[in-house]
Amino acid sequence: MATATATNTNKSVLWDWLTTVDHKKLSVLYLIAGALFFLKAGAMAIFMRIQLMSPENTFLSGQTFNEFVTMHGTIMLFLAVTPLIFAFMNFVIPLQIGARDVAFPFVNALGFWIFFFGGLLVSVSWFFGGAPDAGWTAYVPLSGGEYGDLGLDFYVLGLQVSGLGTLVSAINFIVTIINMRAPGMTMMRLPLFCWTSLITSILIVFAFTPLAAGLALLMLDRIFGGQFFNPGSGGNPVLWQHIFWIFGHPEVYILVLPAFGIISEVIPAFSKKRLFGYTAMVFATLIIAFLSFMVWVHHMFTVGIGPITNSVFAIATMAIGVPTGIKIFNWLFTMWGGKLIFNTAMLCASSFVPTFVLGGVTGVMLAMVPVDYLYHDTYFVVAHFHYIVVGGIALGLLAGTFYWYPKMFGHMLNEKLGQLMFWMFYVGFHMTFFIQHILGLIGMPRRVFTYLDGQGMGTMNLVSSIGAFMMGAAMVVLLINVVYSAYTSKRITVRDPWDARTLEWATTTPVPEYNFAQTPQVRSLDPWFYEKVHGDGTMKPAEPMDEIHMPNGSILPFCIGLGLFVWGFGMIMMQMENPLIPEWIVIGAGVIVTFGSMMLHSIHEDHGYHIPLDKIKKTEKEVS
Amino acid sequence: MSDDLSKPFSKSALTHEELLKINRERKIQIAAFACMIFLTLLAFIAVAMDMIAPGFTIPFILLLAVVQFALQLFYFMHLKDKDHEWPNAFMLTGIVVSTPALIALILLLGVTKY
Ligand code: HEM
Ligand SMILES: [Cu+2]
Repeated sequence: MATATATNTNKSVLWDWLTTVDHKKLSVLYLIAGALFFLKAGAMAIFMRIQLMSPENTFLSGQTFNEFVTMHGTIMLFLAVTPLIFAFMNFVIPLQIGARDVAFPFVNALGFWIFFFGGLLVSVSWFFGGAPDAGWTAYVPLSGGEYGDLGLDFYVLGLQVSGLGTLVSAINFIVTIINMRAPGMTMMRLPLFCWTSLITSILIVFAFTPLAAGLALLMLDRIFGGQFFNPGSGGNPVLWQHIFWIFGHPEVYILVLPAFGIISEVIPAFSKKRLFGYTAMVFATLIIAFLSFMVWVHHMFTVGIGPITNSVFAIATMAIGVPTGIKIFNWLFTMWGGKLIFNTAMLCASSFVPTFVLGGVTGVMLAMVPVDYLYHDTYFVVAHFHYIVVGGIALGLLAGTFYWYPKMFGHMLNEKLGQLMFWMFYVGFHMTFFIQHILGLIGMPRRVFTYLDGQGMGTMNLVSSIGAFMMGAAMVVLLINVVYSAYTSKRITVRDPWDARTLEWATTTPVPEYNFAQTPQVRSLDPWFYEKVHGDGTMKPAEPMDEIHMPNGSILPFCIGLGLFVWGFGMIMMQMENPLIPEWIVIGAGVIVTFGSMMLHSIHEDHGYHIPLDKIKKTEKEVS
Repeated sequence: MSDDLSKPFSKSALTHEELLKINRERKIQIAAFACMIFLTLLAFIAVAMDMIAPGFTIPFILLLAVVQFALQLFYFMHLKDKDHEWPNAFMLTGIVVSTPALIALILLLGVTKY
């Protein structure tokens, strides 16, 4: 990257990436880490579909299947989709609000490395007697000390660590969006992606804290002999379900809201129209966020909490359909009468709308308590949330990838391969998951590793598996596309290859490390579009050209993440039969590295550096 | 951005008035803290004394808790200050979101154990 060569004259590339605090490079790190986890969890999905392809298959053992189910869900939600949305949030938010970086660049790097090492901690469970196998929801008592093996300790501590990283990053984004907006960028001129990211970050703060508490309780139960979830000693296993879903339902919105945001950027850009009903979109997002905390019991209808409670939560759940519907109609009206351009990004974004509607409809169906007794824990639920997670979030992320790729990497992705990928993915997706609705309705339970012949499930499972292979192939096409485009695509030198509307397209490509040589003055919603139409096609500066103050890179975030990894691993060693070294040494080492690095950061004065004026002028001339 | 970043903040970036204001703030904080300790003491006494009936103690300490909570928010978390709209919004959101959840949990866990 051009930005990398501009700053370091004598450091190695690896060192540069390990110590970077630049939001654009962290975004690339998030993208790579998220993509790797995504591939890993995707491969597990393919293995599971091979196992389910025919009745009484013996490709995987039941135990391995359980481990795959658990790791697939856990990785996809916590370690693949979360970093992928963080990748876009990191890259896009500062550019869209006209800032030079996030509010706390150091914390940004810290969030990444803590997340990364937490993910690593969950992942190394394979080498120590097997992965967690109690489902991504880890219900007690299955996940408690009595039944859960060492894998569950990796689940508990790994998620605790990676959740910390997610929390710090979210706080950073909240502060960034509230405090770092360019002059004139009022809240009601904030691009919708920033709005949904803000709300997502708020949801993370309010939802990941209960998760951290729940995981801490489970850890106390498992490692330190606590009895929170043990009914024999006065504990209560249902408490875990409550805590988990108080986190869990907001979590699904944490993931889908940024996808909403991406769609709300891509659709106007390729409809050549402003977003229909901007204000309604903002308030719908707020209402969804609020309601998402009021519906968690819909995951527990069959626990037996009682008809009144179930009804209240059923109605609250159905209420979410209203703001969601507002959003759907706004996207449709944005496209209505627009000059539509169907490239890959727009294909993904526009097909997001109908698939998401299907997922929403089955969601409301699930919210009806009497029939949920039929649907619950069948493939119908699996189909429901995959319509949201794959047909919604994954398509949103693909749209975002194709849309922002030229800004991030300086060249476009190949369109032909892109559209091939889209169609394979889209057809494969519906093949895999539509038929699972029916499988669920005829009674196939979820999270089972096989089924009998003669139950009428063979053919449908085969179709589902073939669809899954198509989706897998589509992902391979995407990978080929990335490599192929890197070698063959034309470098982009213009600012705005899509003729888009928001501020990130006002920066030069490649984006210099300081983003904006002069902070822009924002005069309208869609400021870049406004200047193209009503102004002279350039952003008005809000300040004179001057030196720019930048933060220094630091290896400490990496060290803190590593320290937490070692610390967590030490705690897990307390449960091992014969650890090679005493666990206290490992725990101690982790604690010392973690807090030592924090100490170092506190006492070591580092005021960053200034980019001198002539250097800025030179860079600006080079890129424009 | 101030040029003398190595100096303590009070020397490099604060005017005399701001310093005065901070000192006044400090006094208020200490007063609020003393007040809260006093309330906590009351709560302890109410619980520890056999003389006081539980029928009185429980509503009484709940009331104390509410007062303490308000004091915490207004004085320690600066809810009373000007230009604190964003923090206020966040704190209120937190209360609005967590209160129903807590009430629901207390009620529901009483009904079904497992
Ligand atoms: C209109 C909006 C929605 C409604 C009414 C709804 C309703 C429901 C209900 C009632 C269940 C529980 C089914 C059962 O276990 O019996 C459920 C499960 C689930 N939903 Fe949704 N949902 C909605 C949107 C979403 C969104 C946006 C996501 C993800 C981004 C999502 C992801 C999930 C997941 C992952 C599960 C399964 C959890 C598990 O048991 O592992 N849902 N949904
Ligand atoms: Cu839910």
